[in-house]
Amino acid sequence: MSKSDTQPQSYTPRDWDSMAGFIDSGYKSTGKRGVSRNLLEINPDLAALTGPAFGAESVGELDHDLTRNGRVNGEPLGERIIVTGQVLDEHGNPVPHTLVEVWQCNAAGRYVHKKDVHDAPLDPNFLGAGRCMTDAEGRYRFISIKPAAYPWGNHPNAWRPAHIHLSLFGPSISTRLVTQMYFPDDPLLAFDPIYQSVPAGARERMVSRFSLDVTEEAWALGYIFDIVLRGPSATPEA
Amino acid sequence: MTLKQTPSQTVGPFFAYGLTPEQYLYDFRQLVDGQMRPREDMPGEAIRIVGRVFDADGQAAEDAMIELWQPNAAGRFNHPADQRTERPLIEGFSGFGRFGTGTDPDARFIFDTVKPGAIDDRQAPFITVIVFMRGLLNHAYTRLYFSDDQAAQAHDPVLQSVPAERRQTLIAERRDTATGVEYNFDIHMQGERETVFFDL
Ligand SMILES: [Fe+2]
Repeated sequence: MSKSDTQPQSYTPRDWDSMAGFIDSGYKSTGKRGVSRNLLEINPDLAALTGPAFGAESVGELDHDLTRNGRVNGEPLGERIIVTGQVLDEHGNPVPHTLVEVWQCNAAGRYVHKKDVHDAPLDPNFLGAGRCMTDAEGRYRFISIKPAAYPWGNHPNAWRPAHIHLSLFGPSISTRLVTQMYFPDDPLLAFDPIYQSVPAGARERMVSRFSLDVTEEAWALGYIFDIVLRGPSATPEA
Repeated sequence: MTLKQTPSQTVGPFFAYGLTPEQYLYDFRQLVDGQMRPREDMPGEAIRIVGRVFDADGQAAEDAMIELWQPNAAGRFNHPADQRTERPLIEGFSGFGRFGTGTDPDARFIFDTVKPGAIDDRQAPFITVIVFMRGLLNHAYTRLYFSDDQAAQAHDPVLQSVPAERRQTLIAERRDTATGVEYNFDIHMQGERETVFFDL
């Protein structure tokens, strides 16, 4: 662990103007599952300033490469992609050596999860789960297959836009984030209650951008997705 | 502030093969599970925490994921922000656990851990609990306190800041069973018994 001499004394609050409400009229299951009363304020103590630390040993050699970590007898089908970006705090400082976990459906829109009953084929060579650590500059990189849209039961003819689920820790449990990364110019974004649950002006931060620089010739398309976590709100005295 | 926070999204119904794969028997290595007490001789009282996550209709969620974060029996967090060396770290105890409610026939989460020590003189022992699930657009933080710590809870500043009629939603009930000490901690997302959630 580096920088243990500069531990913050508190983190900025969750930016509720950038977040969905707990109960959203468009996303049906929030009606019975979302928190309905106000959250109670709490003074930050050590429990909020600490959190699990995952070391480099947490990540296996193929964990970041979803085109290889689920192979049985060949390559997974679909459009190969590289997803990379920087994890930063609100001050623009990199969040180094933090765990990024991802999961997604395959190129046909089907999840490996046993409860996914969408009538689209599984790919025997694609699991759809991976993880990596950010480097000293907060950068991460995954290789995968572009996920597809899939239908869900929220409303008639409901389709989720293609997305990748991400889970991050940052330096404490206060900086915990679970989110979804979308793809640019997806026409389904306009009709997706989960994407639309986040206020306009903030939801666009969940859309990755295509990058020809990240794209590798004759191999894979590149997408950049930077992630911003809560940052320290007070600097301890030197 | 130069950058704006990335918005949260629901964990969705299909997180298991990515976040809790071995618990759900998927072929992917798991980093963390409900076994937070990997050694039998770990200092502190061995306890089991079980509970369910209920929606507004009293239905137990079969697709929730719970994470726990706690200090060890000496009240020390395994993290560089906690430099109180007079409280020893315990080899093998990370203080972090994760469990999905989709494998137990009764949709329970089950954690084996040690009872945490108090982190200071003012607060009663507690564990931070984080709830993730389909239909929950932002993860929800709450705290689990222990039913046998009433004396310490009487002057706990956080518990005392909670309206008296809602305080009980944060107390896990102790039960001595044939296999050991068990605390039951049910989480109610809504309704009369809606759990107190914190803006952590
Ligand atoms: Fe999804």
